[in-house]
Amino acid sequence: MIPAAFQYYRPKDMAGVLAILAEHGDDARVMAGGHSLIPMMKLRMAEVPHLIDLQEVGGLSGISIDDRITIGAMTTQAELIDNDALAQAAPILREAALQIADPQIRYMGTVGGNLANGDPGNDMPGLMQCLNATFTVVGPDGERSLAARDFYEAAYMTGREDNEVLTAISFARPQGGHAYEKQKRKIGDYATAAAAVQITKSDGSCAGASIAMTNLSDTPVFSEAAGAALAGTSVDTSAVKAAVAAMLADIDPVEDNRGPIAFKRHVAGVILARAIERAWSRA
Amino acid sequence: MSKKQHYTLTVNGTEEEVLAEPRELLIYTLRERLNITGPHIGCETSHCGACTVTIDGKSVKSCTMFVAQADGKEITTIEGLGGPDALHPLQQAFKEHHGLQCGYCTPGMITRAAKLLEENPNPTEEEIRFGMSGNICRCTGYQNIVKSIQAAAAEMNASKEAAE
Ligand SMILES: Cc1cc2nc3c(=O)[nH]c(=O)nc-3n(C[C@H](O)[C@H](O)[C@H](O)COP(=O)(O)OP(=O)(O)OC[C@H]3O[C@@H](n4cnc5c(N)ncnc54)[C@H](O)[C@@H]3O)c2cc1C
Ligand code: FES
Ligand code: FES
Repeated sequence: MIPAAFQYYRPKDMAGVLAILAEHGDDARVMAGGHSLIPMMKLRMAEVPHLIDLQEVGGLSGISIDDRITIGAMTTQAELIDNDALAQAAPILREAALQIADPQIRYMGTVGGNLANGDPGNDMPGLMQCLNATFTVVGPDGERSLAARDFYEAAYMTGREDNEVLTAISFARPQGGHAYEKQKRKIGDYATAAAAVQITKSDGSCAGASIAMTNLSDTPVFSEAAGAALAGTSVDTSAVKAAVAAMLADIDPVEDNRGPIAFKRHVAGVILARAIERAWSRA
Repeated sequence: MSKKQHYTLTVNGTEEEVLAEPRELLIYTLRERLNITGPHIGCETSHCGACTVTIDGKSVKSCTMFVAQADGKEITTIEGLGGPDALHPLQQAFKEHHGLQCGYCTPGMITRAAKLLEENPNPTEEEIRFGMSGNICRCTGYQNIVKSIQAAAAEMNASKEAAE
């Protein structure tokens, strides 16, 4: 498997990255861990005449934890899993990252690459919608912020312009109970269905819930209605049923090698019910 | 074709210069330019782990990295862990506990297992299975691979204690 030829760049700062993007336009693309992009290039589904490796660009990695949590785009899944303070502050991240791909891929795959890629199978986008995260991108006109919940437009189409680079992700320290539940055919597979849930509890009833689903549409699906169905309830069987029904009205899966539509809808319901139950037990 | 470039890789402690196109996959550079044929090509699609090497302390599938990305890096392959005259404890344990049959997956398995034991010298069976989940074996059914890794861990811990 030999990808189309390309010119390789390894700039040391963002100014260098932006200059190459400006010079070559659509013919240039950044690469983080390469574990989505290289397979696509090997299959010749992506052609990148000017490939910009971000590995030496300073200031793009690291995790800072305060009332808000900020994660540099080049932070790898493995670094995210290894960070105990992060696992304390936002345990859903480690829980989700451990369900992504396999150990080798997690050493290379980055949070930013997973979010920028725009593949509906990626797990981090739904997770970040659940956490109501904000993405920081930088381009020729400087920096701007985009909400994770507005970022995904269609498969591989996002709110990021081609000449912009994702630099960081931030979100408020999550409260209450969490769960990332994923159904896959084997380790290293993308989700048949996955659910990210955060729930807060007050006086024995649900104060609020945030729910997002993965690989059940051409974008991740933040289901506001599913969260609303739980709010104010004791998260009993009928509330969970109502949340699942609301979620099913928001997803739009297609038939593929992971199964027909009816099967995916069934799995989505099972996975969400499990995720709600687990998140609630931790709230 | 894009122009060939000079790249410097440190492989198993030896600095190597190669002249290659940036798009060359690292596994080909290792096998065909440097004649380091321990790492194998199983799937070439990032799934099987036969091509696993260690790069700057990370287990990496070398079919999913361009040689240009590896420029300036330290790479360890199965050849760097041990050889016929001085087997690595993992190599010895795979031999003794039937951790291989055809042997095709073995270099990747052992290279990955070495990194796993470095990070977690006392893994449970579950941790071994999870930590090895990026490596596929068509022959053994994994049972003896797990046993081999457990035996190597015990051996490595015992000799570490003896040294202290
Ligand atoms: C066998 C296998 C199994 C996998 N299983 C899963 C899974 O279960 N779940 C899952 O979520 N993922 C899975 N992945 C994908 C893996 O997590 C990728 O590493 C990840 O999606 C992309 O991260 P990367 O750093 O490798 O990005 P790259 O491959 O380098 O980039 C991906 C895309 O994002 C763009 N990009 C990267 N960084 C930036 C940036 N900072 N700013 C702007 N654009 C950027 C690139 O131009 C490219 O278009 C799997 C991959 C493999 C090979
Ligand atoms: S050959 Fe690289 S993962 Fe299979
Ligand atoms: S021993 Fe044959 S593939 Fe593992």
